[in-house]
Amino acid sequence: MNTATELDLAHMLPGFADPVHDAQRGFRCVLDALSRPGRLFDMTVDVTPPPGLAPAQCAALLTLADCDTPVWLEPGLRDAAAGHYLRFHCGCPLAADFADAHFVVLAGLGALPQRSALKLGDPCYPDRSATVLVEVPELEHGGPIRLRGPGIADVQAISVGGWTARTTAFLHENRAAFPLGVDLLLSCGGRLMGLPRTTIVEV
Amino acid sequence: MTQAEAHDGYNFAYLDEHTKRMIRRALLKAVAIPGYQVPFGSREMPLPYGWGTGGIQVTAAVIGRADVLKVIDQGADDTTNAVNIRSFFRKVTGVATTERTREATLIQTRHRIPETPLSEGQIMVFQVPIPEPLRWLEPRETETRSMHALREYGVMHVKLYEDIVRHGRIATTYDYPVIVNGHYLMRPSPIPKFDNPKLHRSPALMLFGAGREKRVYAVPPDTDVRSLDFDDHPFAIERWDAPCALCGATDAYLDEIIIDDKGERMYVCSDTEYCNDRQQAGHHGTQGGAPRA
Repeated sequence: MNTATELDLAHMLPGFADPVHDAQRGFRCVLDALSRPGRLFDMTVDVTPPPGLAPAQCAALLTLADCDTPVWLEPGLRDAAAGHYLRFHCGCPLAADFADAHFVVLAGLGALPQRSALKLGDPCYPDRSATVLVEVPELEHGGPIRLRGPGIADVQAISVGGWTARTTAFLHENRAAFPLGVDLLLSCGGRLMGLPRTTIVEV
Repeated sequence: MTQAEAHDGYNFAYLDEHTKRMIRRALLKAVAIPGYQVPFGSREMPLPYGWGTGGIQVTAAVIGRADVLKVIDQGADDTTNAVNIRSFFRKVTGVATTERTREATLIQTRHRIPETPLSEGQIMVFQVPIPEPLRWLEPRETETRSMHALREYGVMHVKLYEDIVRHGRIATTYDYPVIVNGHYLMRPSPIPKFDNPKLHRSPALMLFGAGREKRVYAVPPDTDVRSLDFDDHPFAIERWDAPCALCGATDAYLDEIIIDDKGERMYVCSDTEYCNDRQQAGHHGTQGGAPRA
């Protein structure tokens, strides 16, 4: 699963400046995002991400990924700075297959694979499922996408760059298969928004 | 609010970072699948199972330097379990602690939800002895897992029905089973059923930790939590004939205290902070008004 190439330590960017407390703040940001779907949260932790990882994605992975959680990166990033960065700082294996990945890192909603390709969990253990981190060009409150479900008092309206009918279909399918499914973390630069499998999406 | 100095020699919040990451990942899946019990690698803690090791591990994974921690045991800030857990976190984190529900960002609790309404941004951490609501009805974990997957909860309704046949009413008064977001049957931990309605669409995030049983689960804010009942036997919370003897509250959960050997008893708020606040605001019961020490 792991790429065998030697790590490029000469060009390695730093991870968290204060690993214990940065990880704690990073976690609270992700926890807030998944407890309050459709709300924007600032990932307040400073990181210098390698090319191919957005700041919020990078901070979330430094917070959550380790040797127990294979991470899927786009093939072009695996043996580049991003892959080396994650292998060095998180010690995580890089998954070649979506089916192995606990975390899937995507550069846009268009890159979402077939839902069935991802780790969806088992009916008895739906927690054994992937978390998909997607960087999008625009992420705002208010807009054409309306969300309901746990964590949302009434309705939460959002607008998301790169959202297509296929995204809607993916999320409808994801909701319908509850408790199986994946949980999405959308990011736009340093901002984060959660779309767990419980969220009902209307466009 | 009191500030503490953390001891050297331990990682912040006692647990190592690898353990915290594992618990954090479990908590995120727990939030994404409300009411579902996520297995986690529960660690040995410096106190025995049954004293809140699950809640402590959840708190340790969540707590940060900016947090203000409140710890209660059966509603009281000043009983053994609460005092010890609070002092543990003061030692290993140095975070500020408080007895005031409104000031707290993180509230670890054994068996109560405070009377003061919770607000958005607060996190409740419950200590859970037995997380599986079906455990006394079906001992096999493999079976209860399938029953949850299939939402096959008839056996719990039968149990409640048998209560009605035997006692004329549903006799379960604490750890009263709930359905979360229309799917998972969940034990709310041994809180009195009086507190069940506070779980429904609460503005706060509810996290549950069971250390011996190695499970965490969660109820996100604004999530439907329905107590099981029947059309002709609707769910109802406890009521008392007398108000709190110290503060006169009629809307709080009351503890019965025997005060002499003739069987005389008084009823007082189980939530000490709520009771003290009311007394300080000038409310009186039949037996007092002065703030309790």
